Amino acid sequence: MKKRITSILISAILIASLFTFTGCGSSSGDTIKIGTLGPYSGDTAMYGEAAKNGIQLAVDQVNNDGGINGKQVELVSYDTKGDTTEAVSAYKRLVNEDSVVGIVGPVLSGEALAIKDAATEDNIPMVTPTATAAEVTLDAPNSFRVCFLDEYQGNAAAKYAKSAEGLNATNAAMIVSKGNAYSEGLAEAFKTTFESLGGTIVDTENYASTDTDYSAQLTKIKSSGAEVIYVPDYYNTAGPILQKAKEMGITAKFIGGDGWDSIQKDYAEAAEGDYFTNHYAADNQDEVVQSFLSAYKDAYNETPNSFAALGYDAAMTMMDAIKNGSSTEKQDIIDQLAKIEVNGVTGSFTFDENGDPKGKEISIIQVSNGELKYVTSENGDKTDNEVIQ
Amino acid sequence: MNIFLQQVINGLNAGSIYALVAIGYTMVYGILKLINFAHGEIMMFGAYFAYIAAVFFGWPFYVVILFSGCVTAFLGFLVEFIAYRPLRNAPRLSMLITAIGMSMFLQNLARLIFGADPIVMPKIFPSAIFNIGGIDVSSVTLITIGLSVAMMILLQLFIKNTKQGRAMRAVSENQDAAVLMGIDVNKTISLTFIIGSALGALGGILYSTAYITISPTMGTMPGLKAFIAAVLGGIGSIPGAMLGGFIIGMFETLIKAYISTTWADAIVFALLIIVLVVKPTGILGKNVKEKV
Repeated sequence: MKKRITSILISAILIASLFTFTGCGSSSGDTIKIGTLGPYSGDTAMYGEAAKNGIQLAVDQVNNDGGINGKQVELVSYDTKGDTTEAVSAYKRLVNEDSVVGIVGPVLSGEALAIKDAATEDNIPMVTPTATAAEVTLDAPNSFRVCFLDEYQGNAAAKYAKSAEGLNATNAAMIVSKGNAYSEGLAEAFKTTFESLGGTIVDTENYASTDTDYSAQLTKIKSSGAEVIYVPDYYNTAGPILQKAKEMGITAKFIGGDGWDSIQKDYAEAAEGDYFTNHYAADNQDEVVQSFLSAYKDAYNETPNSFAALGYDAAMTMMDAIKNGSSTEKQDIIDQLAKIEVNGVTGSFTFDENGDPKGKEISIIQVSNGELKYVTSENGDKTDNEVIQ
Repeated sequence: MNIFLQQVINGLNAGSIYALVAIGYTMVYGILKLINFAHGEIMMFGAYFAYIAAVFFGWPFYVVILFSGCVTAFLGFLVEFIAYRPLRNAPRLSMLITAIGMSMFLQNLARLIFGADPIVMPKIFPSAIFNIGGIDVSSVTLITIGLSVAMMILLQLFIKNTKQGRAMRAVSENQDAAVLMGIDVNKTISLTFIIGSALGALGGILYSTAYITISPTMGTMPGLKAFIAAVLGGIGSIPGAMLGGFIIGMFETLIKAYISTTWADAIVFALLIIVLVVKPTGILGKNVKEKV
């Protein structure tokens, strides 16, 4: 009896495995499978959800227009919970079980770095919408990104803080999340550019990611006489810092990075009058931006943030590359991506030799009356002084 | 000098919250010899109840505090009644494990009810900035320090001067003898949990207004630090918990301000180890000999 059960079990497993293996070839059938992964639950869920909404919108639009060369596009997505281990297993499922032809993702830099080696080895075409860390595309010919780099944003923020048309400040302070690559990367670039333009960083304070009490650091910054305070962190940390700072009577202007996007939802009052650098501005009157905006509002009934815009651009870039080469072979897609010209919601650009966007402008946004207001565009290139050095 | 005083006030602010929460640990330990690991979660629920009262009912802050204090006190009572009372005569380790289990249960319950994403505590206190002798002090800080100190004084008066307070002290000294004196031990223990939880709720409210967000895991770190404060001050001693809370808060802030922000936690924990090596019973703890 026992033997029989065992043999039934074994044959069941064999049959099941047969199906899984045949399942591998399914993407060569009548749909083109594209994968995405990102945090859809946990602390950073908001970013993942927004990016996925943008990607889904792009896929739906392409499908409504008849798909790619007559084939419908199917989007497969897995939740990483913002965790690097989960990201690796999500990646493996996409590539090994779902056999996707390319990946539009991941969302966070940490996730992208976690799957980078495996993706490079598999040579799978990858366009990340929002992973900004420099190493994501380095030595990875298969990896591209539509967002600009951490460094770019820090440069642009420093230029705006220093320039006469901007905040015209000579003294700046920074409050940085210790051990957070995003926060430290932005701060480093801000510091270099601000100093090369003749400004002074009068104080740099750190905090741990688990900290909730910033009063000791803010007290020191307040006494440093800074006119501008750089807070490069995500809005759920930057928000409490800003609120605490205003409670303590700090009147200097604050500047942040794209992690501040959506800050007006929970911290409108705390962030009132402050600035941040971002990938796109919803009140930009450009036609591409406005048609994306109305389509997104129809689909999700809310104003898209920059993660949604970048997700849309990344998905469109990937699908255009497939269309241009009329092929779903990995190397063909990668070759197409390398020479593609993108005219997207977040700007027009091509990819440089690393797979990073070239010639993109950064929007400076101000929180004004609880709304995000487009102020100006700033270039994120290094300053002349830095180049000479 | 002004900056130093400003930092001292920051330290008092953090310390008064730790002290409030530490009292809950020390009271329960004094009476049950139990480290109530669920106390950090009680504090977290206090903050959520205050959020509900402030956002959905729009009540003024004193009603918010009263409401949250009462509901959280009832929650504390329930925790004791359901989880700890049946184990009254079980080995102490069983109760400790139950407390850890309760902590996880409450944390996940909060996640289920309120969701995992942090939410923003509305400003329940009137906000203003006062300049006292060149130092800027916000109304939130003043209210935090004022309320906690007032509550601690009230608690001291209650324990020293009322019949129930005396009963508490009696039970914590010797449970069997207290029974012989006609004290209802169960009732006294319930009362301890009610008072401890209400103070924990206040701690949670002040913590979340001072540091802005509420999340299901917000109780873990302050709970741990308050526990350390209780041990540092001498666990079982209420004045010890208050002193310990203020010391931890002050040290943490001053280390962040003058030594290193990244090492602040590590140095605070090292301080605990040093104190315990030098004086194992804590600063105000009494050395009680185990009778054989």
